[in-house]
Amino acid sequence: MKGQTLNSPPAWLKLHTLAVFAFLYLPIAILILYSFNGPAVGGFPPSGLTLSWYRELFSDSAMWDAVLNSLIVAACAVLLGLLVGTPAALALDRVSFPGKALFRRLVLLPLILPGIITGLSLLMLWVAAGLKLSLWSIAFGHGTALISVATTEIFAGLQKFDRTQEEASLDLGANYWQTLFRVTLPNLKLPIVGAALLMFTLSMDEIAVTFFLTGRDNTLPLEIWSRLRRGMTPEINAISTIIFAFSLAMILFWYRLRMRSSQAPEVADLVRAATQES
Amino acid sequence: MFSRAYRLAVALPPVFWVFAFLLLPYAILFCHSFWGVSQFQTIQRTWNLDNYRELVRVPVYFEVLLRSMRIAAAVTFLSLLLAYPLAYYLSFYARHKHLLYQLVIIPLWVSYLVRAYAWKTILGSDGVLNTSLQYLHITHGPISFLLYSPFAVIITLTHIYTPFVFLPVYASMEHIPRPLLEASQDLGAPPLKTFWRVILPLSLPGVFAGATFAFVLSLGDFLAPLLLGGPSGIMISNIVVSLFGAAYNWPLGAAISVCMMVVVIVLLVISERLEKRWSFT
Repeated sequence: MKGQTLNSPPAWLKLHTLAVFAFLYLPIAILILYSFNGPAVGGFPPSGLTLSWYRELFSDSAMWDAVLNSLIVAACAVLLGLLVGTPAALALDRVSFPGKALFRRLVLLPLILPGIITGLSLLMLWVAAGLKLSLWSIAFGHGTALISVATTEIFAGLQKFDRTQEEASLDLGANYWQTLFRVTLPNLKLPIVGAALLMFTLSMDEIAVTFFLTGRDNTLPLEIWSRLRRGMTPEINAISTIIFAFSLAMILFWYRLRMRSSQAPEVADLVRAATQES
Repeated sequence: MFSRAYRLAVALPPVFWVFAFLLLPYAILFCHSFWGVSQFQTIQRTWNLDNYRELVRVPVYFEVLLRSMRIAAAVTFLSLLLAYPLAYYLSFYARHKHLLYQLVIIPLWVSYLVRAYAWKTILGSDGVLNTSLQYLHITHGPISFLLYSPFAVIITLTHIYTPFVFLPVYASMEHIPRPLLEASQDLGAPPLKTFWRVILPLSLPGVFAGATFAFVLSLGDFLAPLLLGGPSGIMISNIVVSLFGAAYNWPLGAAISVCMMVVVIVLLVISERLEKRWSFT
């Protein structure tokens, strides 16, 4: 009785589903298609199949510097997000302290507040502290905003976690720290890896917060952004196609990991957590 | 069951970080909104309400805020229109629901910028849509209102937020106990009535969550309007961006941000109430 309960779907519902999938995927398909287009972006029918835009892209050193910057920022942001987000999830799960309700709301706020507000606030703090904008300020901003993601994912993992394992560990003479590092955290491996992948992807793509915290060095989205404002070239389609391929690889990797555990929709948790803060 | 040292060690660092690096920055933003700028473009820390008076006095701010809310409402409505039946189909009819579910999620992982750019290549006057229409002799010149208009912003943001709206709606449909539907059927309700009286009310918490998310995030968006909106598609965040950049009036920009924050927080409170009111657990 799980799943199908109603008999057969009306035809319009099938059509609607098909149309929504077309709406979601056609733009991406067109983007990829035109990365191989000879003359320029747009123009129907596409003509002159070519790899020259990819060749141009691979010899474009500014673009690859931006990729490297983005990778550094994302790695630092993930580290920061996990270092703060994991104890935050543990604290929400098992410690009661004054201001806990406020703390929970604050942690989640960057998920639902438009990025521009978080970006501006962090910029003001950074300037008030007399620091210079650099890749560090971007990594700091991403990491701080993404604590929300790590906390939500790991907190959800803790809710499903079987507490008796920890009790057994404590009864058998392990102290709290041994229990944390040898029982609790290993059991949270999946949500932690999931959170890391999600934060990495979000950081690689982040623009609203980055926009305000960037110094001289551009991240990849900002580099693409600044070129878009100058004009469109299929080179941007080419880099977009590569980004798409990487995201796809990341998702497949994630699904293979998850195959071994239950199938809980993790991004759904985020949306719910963001809007339903109690 | 945990020692005091453990609880302190677990709670203190994140609490410190979040209060110092999230609450404090938001508070600094709030303070700025009561400050001013001298003619030498330095921030003057004298407390006053001038920025808020300016926002009330100059009609353009309110107009743009209203326009942003209209655009966000259109995006929310369209995303629901697309996502709700999709979630309904997947949850109650689809045979390969897990596969289809993943297919809805995949676009979420594709860069925001990449998708906004894709729409730019589609909607432009030399874009894919216009040249295809001309190729097929449906139109003879480019349709100009496609790009650089609120329309372009709405369609792009709808594309981006439809999966976000789908997720919570689908999750709440999956939580509907299937015996309820049988009960409704056995008691003689036709399918439409079962939908109206059972499925729709029980899926409302997901609808509220998804709608709030889509509305709030499109309200504050400034990239899609910059890229695709043109002059008629300017949104409130674009004004904030220009006040922090070229115009260099941080306090006024901060005041607009505070107004946006108030709108967002009011919406969150309402949505939380509604979700609670309609949840059945």
